[in-house]
Amino acid sequence: MSTSVTSATSGSPGATGKEPVAVVGIGQTKHVAARHDVSIAGLVREAATRALADAELTWADIDAVVIGKAPDFFEGVMMPELYLADALGAVGKPMLRVHTAGSVGGSTALVAAGLVAARVHRTVLTLAFEKQSESNAMWGLSLPVPFQQPLLAGAGGFFAPHVRAYMRRTGAPDGVGSLVAYKDRRNALKNPYAHLHEHDITLEKVQASPMLWDPIRYSETCPSSDGACAMVLTDRAGAARSPLPPAWVHGGAMRSEPTLFAGKDFVSPQAGKDCAADVYRQAGITDPRREIDAVEMYVPFSWYEPMWLENLGFAEEGGGWKLTEAGVTEIDGDLPVNPSGGVLSTNPIGASGMIRFAEAALQVRGGAGEHQVPGARRALGHAYGGGAQFFAMWLVGAQEPTT
Amino acid sequence: MTGPRTTGYARDVAVVAFAQSDHLRRTDELSEVEMVMPVLHEVLAATGLKAGEIGFTCSGSSDYLAGRAFSFTMTLDGVGAWPPISESHVEMDGAWALYEAWVKIQTGDADTALVYAYGKSSPGSVRDVLTRQLDPYYLAPLWPDSVALAALQAQALIDAGETDEPGLAAIAARSRADAGANPHAQLRGAVPHGDYQVRPLRTGDCPPVGDGVAAVVLAAGDLARQLCRRPAWITGIDHRIEAHGLGLRDLTDSPSTRTAAEHAGLFDAPVDTAELHAPFSSQEVVLRTALRLGDGVTINPSGGALAANPMMAAGLIRIGEAAARIHRGASDRAVAHATSGPCLQQNLVAVLEGDRA
Repeated sequence: MSTSVTSATSGSPGATGKEPVAVVGIGQTKHVAARHDVSIAGLVREAATRALADAELTWADIDAVVIGKAPDFFEGVMMPELYLADALGAVGKPMLRVHTAGSVGGSTALVAAGLVAARVHRTVLTLAFEKQSESNAMWGLSLPVPFQQPLLAGAGGFFAPHVRAYMRRTGAPDGVGSLVAYKDRRNALKNPYAHLHEHDITLEKVQASPMLWDPIRYSETCPSSDGACAMVLTDRAGAARSPLPPAWVHGGAMRSEPTLFAGKDFVSPQAGKDCAADVYRQAGITDPRREIDAVEMYVPFSWYEPMWLENLGFAEEGGGWKLTEAGVTEIDGDLPVNPSGGVLSTNPIGASGMIRFAEAALQVRGGAGEHQVPGARRALGHAYGGGAQFFAMWLVGAQEPTT
Repeated sequence: MTGPRTTGYARDVAVVAFAQSDHLRRTDELSEVEMVMPVLHEVLAATGLKAGEIGFTCSGSSDYLAGRAFSFTMTLDGVGAWPPISESHVEMDGAWALYEAWVKIQTGDADTALVYAYGKSSPGSVRDVLTRQLDPYYLAPLWPDSVALAALQAQALIDAGETDEPGLAAIAARSRADAGANPHAQLRGAVPHGDYQVRPLRTGDCPPVGDGVAAVVLAAGDLARQLCRRPAWITGIDHRIEAHGLGLRDLTDSPSTRTAAEHAGLFDAPVDTAELHAPFSSQEVVLRTALRLGDGVTINPSGGALAANPMMAAGLIRIGEAAARIHRGASDRAVAHATSGPCLQQNLVAVLEGDRA
């Protein structure tokens, strides 16, 4: 038996020692309803070149490209990574394409981080995008009759009953969702890349907006955006050369469970709980409410903020809405949630998860500008997808991890 | 017993089990979940592991073949992902899902992985469907189909003197005769070379359209030895992509395959077996040169993609077939190759080795 085999199996998982992974470059496009001025290739290249410029690196410094997006039907291009290889400087390099539904932006970043952690590559470009104006996401997601119920058009129809179940279960009052939307839309005004900049937003306007899928109002839903987000991930040596402070990955995990089965808890899926627990274990977090300074949470419909606060362990069961109502999740609150404005203000679906991960990294680098949470040292990026069945999360910190 | 050559990777990882469906022209009576489940059960049974004991699961598929968004969410049900599992999906051939799983094991976050891939091409016209993977602004609107593009490549090879039509026919005949020994193949035994589809390619030069599933279990180190009598160690694996535009490439060559092979250590020692994902006979000519395969190498003893080409699974099957030969003792060092995109745009190369007695 070779010595490498012996060493590889001498301990438990993780015994081999992972390379620390650092985020040294972040780039986003200004997210808008329709980018008529660029092709899909132009859109992704814009985010990628910004991430490279942020890291003060060139295409030649990139060893591999990992790209993600939500369904190919959203743009009508099958396996767009093939066409995008040139635009992303991937020619001659490895290029991997990830697709895990709405969580894909997070999963894509984790796959890229894995390449560095495994020491397969030293510096990796990861990017996620959606150019929803090329097609119609509503119909891209509406599955053909007779294979599903015809009234499930769009994601809101799927999630609204689970919000109602949350309200019944916890006794949350009607107005909590509006508070989340009002907060996130105000936060978005501080983020130059956010899609929705509603300068005249008021709580009354949110509350008066039309009911779409009871109890979810129009102003409590995410927009449909064109946009891309890119990050440059690198190893310890690469981080040492970084011109700006890096964000270090302290933990990352993915979890999945089936779409529909007896016993599935749509209000607080087990896969989300398990995923968060794994990330906290890796990062040495025992009290997330006290030890995490900012959260970029995947909240496409306002009510998912209180729901995920419980699912992620920031509040006890039934207590998520109380944190929201008390203002804890405001940008100047004790636990800021979505200081960027979140998915409620910007939703290029395939990129939304990566934006959460990138915004978490921006916070711990101190680079979030007007929406910076002062002194943020540890931040959580969170994404979910499918029928609340796919989860991807990472926890990033300003300090290099000690374990 | 001596182990495989030192890989330079953090951990030694092997293919310890492989299973595939029978590949069929149509499977109208089966949903994708029904297609996938028996193969998953078979591959797990070969190792004695249960879905919940697997460290990481990764799949490859394409929504465009399924004709619906998020199609992989349904096949996840076939895995039995409860309690929740650590899982991911690539919208690519399962060979790339295997690569993602291999990386996951290299990080130490998992010791085992279940990799599966599936595709049903029968509900639509796969020649038309594949045009949708071309540049959406300039090329896709012209609807150039996959056989026509492969014919351009074949003609370029003939013009360059690399092969001729009888040479292509010989590749097709060998592949389909070899498939006679493969109970899963879609086309088995000698098959007529047929009429021209798009000159210079005849029916026999083109892959059959069909439906199928493949699954592999990976394991690290001593665990691999516990799960498999003769593990197929992945001593090297790499993949590379080329420019998309066919006018930007020399279609008679495959530099991405060569680069991937170099990084996988293929050229460090001879191989006895090659499983090549060459859906068209002419592409075997290109790959044989890029991988420097001599006459002594057994190429596609399974019959290859000319005998069964289930989209999204055919590349993973190449790795599985190569591994299975090592498991059986029929090979000591094999190369497996997978491709994606028009005219071999993206290529993955894996080198597999068995322990020497």
